[in-house]
Amino acid sequence: MGAIIVSGLGKAYKQYESRWSRLAEWVLPGGRPRHKLNWVIQDVSFSVNPGEAVGIIGINGAGKSTLLKMITGTTQPTAGTVMVSGSVAAMLELGMGFHPDFTGRQNVYMAGQLLGHRVEDIHQLMPEIEAFAEIGDYLDQPARVLSSGMQMRLAFSVATAIRPDILIVDEALSVGDAYFQHKSFDRIREFSKQGTTLLIVSHDKQAIQSICNRAILLNAGRVAIEGDPESVMDYYNALLAERQDQKIERLQSQNGKIQTISGTGEANVVDIALLDSEGKRIEIANVGQRVRLQVKVEVHADIDRLVLGYGIRDRVGQVIYGTNTDLKKQVLADVKAGTTWVFNCEFDANLGPGSYSVQTALTSTDTHLVNNYEWRDLALVFNVVNMDKAFFAGCSWLDPEIRISEA
Amino acid sequence: MLKALARPVWRYRGFIMGNVKREFQSKYRNSLLGAAWNVLNPLAMILVYTVIFAQVMKTRMPGTGSTFGYSIYLCAGVLTWGYFAEIVGRAQNVFLDSANLLKKISFPRLCLPVVVVANATVNFAIVFGLFTLFLLLSGNFPGWPYLALAPVLGIMILFSIGLGITLGVLNVFFRDVGQFFGIVLQFWFWLTPIVYNESILPERAKKLLEFNPMSAVVVACQHILLNKQWPQWGQLWFVIILAVVFCALGLYLFRRHSGEMVDEL
Repeated sequence: MGAIIVSGLGKAYKQYESRWSRLAEWVLPGGRPRHKLNWVIQDVSFSVNPGEAVGIIGINGAGKSTLLKMITGTTQPTAGTVMVSGSVAAMLELGMGFHPDFTGRQNVYMAGQLLGHRVEDIHQLMPEIEAFAEIGDYLDQPARVLSSGMQMRLAFSVATAIRPDILIVDEALSVGDAYFQHKSFDRIREFSKQGTTLLIVSHDKQAIQSICNRAILLNAGRVAIEGDPESVMDYYNALLAERQDQKIERLQSQNGKIQTISGTGEANVVDIALLDSEGKRIEIANVGQRVRLQVKVEVHADIDRLVLGYGIRDRVGQVIYGTNTDLKKQVLADVKAGTTWVFNCEFDANLGPGSYSVQTALTSTDTHLVNNYEWRDLALVFNVVNMDKAFFAGCSWLDPEIRISEA
Repeated sequence: MLKALARPVWRYRGFIMGNVKREFQSKYRNSLLGAAWNVLNPLAMILVYTVIFAQVMKTRMPGTGSTFGYSIYLCAGVLTWGYFAEIVGRAQNVFLDSANLLKKISFPRLCLPVVVVANATVNFAIVFGLFTLFLLLSGNFPGWPYLALAPVLGIMILFSIGLGITLGVLNVFFRDVGQFFGIVLQFWFWLTPIVYNESILPERAKKLLEFNPMSAVVVACQHILLNKQWPQWGQLWFVIILAVVFCALGLYLFRRHSGEMVDEL
């Protein structure tokens, strides 16, 4: 009980040229197909053993939800098979199907019946559901006055009231507040311990790594890699960075310029790279690794003072660290047109794991507000991965030496 | 095959019952009188057809001496038709209306048409119960032939749900079906001897009525309730055949396209 075997699974949506094509296909005799198949999932095979906890990750549109829907049976696969043994509780977008005019309690019965429970069973489970959801008197209010978080709490409580053989969770828990997220993860973990097979879709690295013993990365409808959660997550981050890069390139090709570049153009960055100690270009750096940011600058006009500044920004765009050659007292003076300069900025990547970007500025002083030759956002994207250090929290690596002594 | 389809539906009987109950409650959920409206509305309808038509407008049914002759004739037709129209009308939209459920939760889809029939039956039972009460009070109760209504209506339910599922599946893929059938239903009503009597039609039109399955059902009900006689079973063959054909067609379409259906919602 609790095994999932997915073999050669594929899902394609039919795409018709026009509304009439479908009619023609249905009615005309000797019907040749008049649709194109739009594959969103192709050739996906994996199996989950009873009691295993597997995380499914992938960028938006990778086919995660479609895959889960096929496993739960709401959507039929176009190719391949899904074999599921045992009872399945699926939480694909929680809070669904709550009738706004009925009370939370009535909705619990409705949801329970949809899951195939008998009324008497739900009746018995009610106190427990009530206690777990912790929404107090709102349980007897019409569902429409419940906040989405409350509805989520209730829906989760119903769906997990009876321990299923297989529990499928699709990013549903992100609605809840931190308190309930912890509570629900505890319950999921508890189920897992008792032998429930877990299939979890999440973007939350922490969640995947703390619960799952295996992860599957979906990319463009196919299994990209499968393995232990950590290595899969790292690969996923690299994939994300690659995507960010491509985005810039696409912007560049449209009008021949990167849109986030501003400036007067007396000088510009022609190449930027992150190098390791051997001078090899890298995209992923280990925490604390010695790296070199190499920036190549071409000068197109005579400049009195040339200052290069750069900033390292985290995933949400906050500058983690920034400096420039003016502050470092290494200003280039009387730069002639036609010359090319290479700046090598060497530092230890004392950063927390995550995705970072580099912005560059070419100016004449320590601020780009006076003479802004070029300002470039997202000039470079790189990832920091914790390969060999103990786990730590945060975006910087401030490794302490801890001494404990009895006072 | 039928067994394979029926078993999961039976397993979800709790869901079906719950759904029927909820729908019954929800219609007048936010009104002060609540469920009473479920009775008040049909009561008003019966009153209009009986008291107003018989007493105020003094309409008479040719060939019957009863004051309420035309009222009974009218009710027999209108109520039966209403039952039919509700099942078909709801069934053809049932998959579209439940898109949210279908997309998110895996459950036996055939529960939905069953809920439609059950709901329509509850509504019909209320209004027909009131009508029966009226028949008893006014001394027009047909006696034993009343029992014949069960098989006649049974055939009609089978016919309407078969037609309903067929249209319901088609409606998911071609939304025109729903619109079109709305128009068809209006014409169909007037092409069925509900308000008028068959006898006023010219011979040629009468021949055509034989091909109207609902005509046979409505006439049978009128025969039972007004003439207090057992229906002429021979006239119902055509409906029975159509009922079987549509049920088979509906299930065939449903089985073939139910997977694809979710993609279209």
